[in-house]
Amino acid sequence: MSIAEIQAEIVDEFALFDEWMDKYEHLIELGKDLPVIAEEFKTEDNLIKGCQSRVWLHANLNDGKIEFTAESDAIITKGIVALMIRVFSNQTPKNIASSNVDFIDEIGLKEHLSPTRSNGLLSMLKQIKMYSIAYQAKV
Amino acid sequence: MSTQTDILDLKKIRADFPILAQEVNGKPLVYFDNGATSQKPQQVIDVINTYYSNENSNIHRGIHTLSQVATDAYEKARKVVQAFINAEHEHEVIFTSGTTGSINTIASSFGKAHLKEGDEIIISTMEHHSNIVPWQMICEEKGANLKVVPINDAGEFLFDEYEKLLSSKTKLVAVTHVSNTLGTINPVKEIIAKAQEHGALTLIDGAQAVPHKKVDVRDLDCDFYVFSGHKMLGPTGVGILYGKETILNELPPYQGGGDMIKTVTFEKTTYNELPHKFEAGTPNIVGGIALASAIEYMNAIGIDNIASYEDELLTYATAQIKTIEGVRIIGEAQNKASVLSFVVDGTHPSDIGMIVDKLGIAIRTGHHCTEPLMNRFNIPGTARASFAFYNTTKEIDVFIEALKKAIKMLV
Ligand SMILES: Cc1ncc(COP(=O)(O)O)c(C=O)c1O
Repeated sequence: MSIAEIQAEIVDEFALFDEWMDKYEHLIELGKDLPVIAEEFKTEDNLIKGCQSRVWLHANLNDGKIEFTAESDAIITKGIVALMIRVFSNQTPKNIASSNVDFIDEIGLKEHLSPTRSNGLLSMLKQIKMYSIAYQAKV
Repeated sequence: MSTQTDILDLKKIRADFPILAQEVNGKPLVYFDNGATSQKPQQVIDVINTYYSNENSNIHRGIHTLSQVATDAYEKARKVVQAFINAEHEHEVIFTSGTTGSINTIASSFGKAHLKEGDEIIISTMEHHSNIVPWQMICEEKGANLKVVPINDAGEFLFDEYEKLLSSKTKLVAVTHVSNTLGTINPVKEIIAKAQEHGALTLIDGAQAVPHKKVDVRDLDCDFYVFSGHKMLGPTGVGILYGKETILNELPPYQGGGDMIKTVTFEKTTYNELPHKFEAGTPNIVGGIALASAIEYMNAIGIDNIASYEDELLTYATAQIKTIEGVRIIGEAQNKASVLSFVVDGTHPSDIGMIVDKLGIAIRTGHHCTEPLMNRFNIPGTARASFAFYNTTKEIDVFIEALKKAIKMLV
């Protein structure tokens, strides 16, 4: 699926929830289900330090596509991290570089990407874009 | 469930704070982030409005009437602060931009004049970054060393360890009066007396003390006492540096500019007297005036009444939160003021904060600008509810229910 298609799918999925509680409960489930990042990749280098919570992001180029794995110490943040992974992992650097993240706004979680949240998510997003630009040179 | 108290007329007080009436995320706002900044009563908001509507003018510089009006109001504000902390002279009260501004002023001026290689400055484990970093910077510049007084698991200052650190090398002791993260009230009077035995100067960070308890700088006998206006009903961008006259007179100015000079030639400038020597440039005039009105508001309620009522709130909240399984209070000192910090097993503080926010409750999560303290407790941060006298036990009940809900979702 393309990045846009996955985003549309997530937006549909979240359309089922009217209440913030259900939405958060879903995020918590997603967070719990996110495959854990290999301990060897939970390094200082891969750490994105927010004031509130920490996010680890590891990238690996495989067959022309970037595989991302990630982790966070806060579960709601981790749920959003899981969504980002779903959208961006196993896509080509070129497609990642040219994509947007409108789905976060559309599912009503925009506040989590605000700089004041300082939860590492905004930096994670920037990091994903940086990887895509860096890997574009390699493919 | 909640108890009734009659120390304060809460209905009347809450009506003075317009922001408290609003809804957040569709729920009545419960504002428990007073440690970060307090809300402002209408009386203070009105003073700001009136100043800019009717009195605005630059101070200390004009002979025209408005300038005189503004100068008088500003200088009257200084007297209000002087009385509030019981300083001996009004020129011992320096207006700054806040606690951070005050500490940097002293770290720089004192450091420049008196700090030499091998000298030592003592702080404690529970300091706010504002009372760590300026000392680190000046120590690095001068080749001096920073010594840190440890705390026990309850979050109390270890006096014995402090005594061991003191020596003839100690030039200054900078300690917080009340910890913003733990709520611990430190025995600053004893800390100051001990420092004096070794000839060291003392600076007390009163940012979290002045909003909650009576402070008497002459009784404490500290050399410097610093605090922020915005944590005590005043506006942001204004704060106080109290310093003993003799000590301030000896220090070089911090910044150069207008107002702090007596005469200027290109060859040499002579400095103005206190307090102007430390107040370069156009200050936050309205900030100072509004801070005085905040103090007058607090005085009218009575600082001791505020302290007793807030003690009731803290005791009640502490008892309630202890009934929740998995909650661990961080900071269980004997002597505490208005701060309830906690962690919940199996959750991250930010998750708790996000969920209770959805329920209209503003608490703080994170390291609260006290990273070394978080490392001491081996935690990434805490969730912190901090109370002011306009909060109620009923709000605490709402908060406890929200917290239970959050834990149910998360664990
Ligand atoms: C104990 C303590 N010291 C210093 C500060 C810094 O105050 P300000 O940011 O107003 O300069 C704070 C505020 O968070 C504090 O709680």
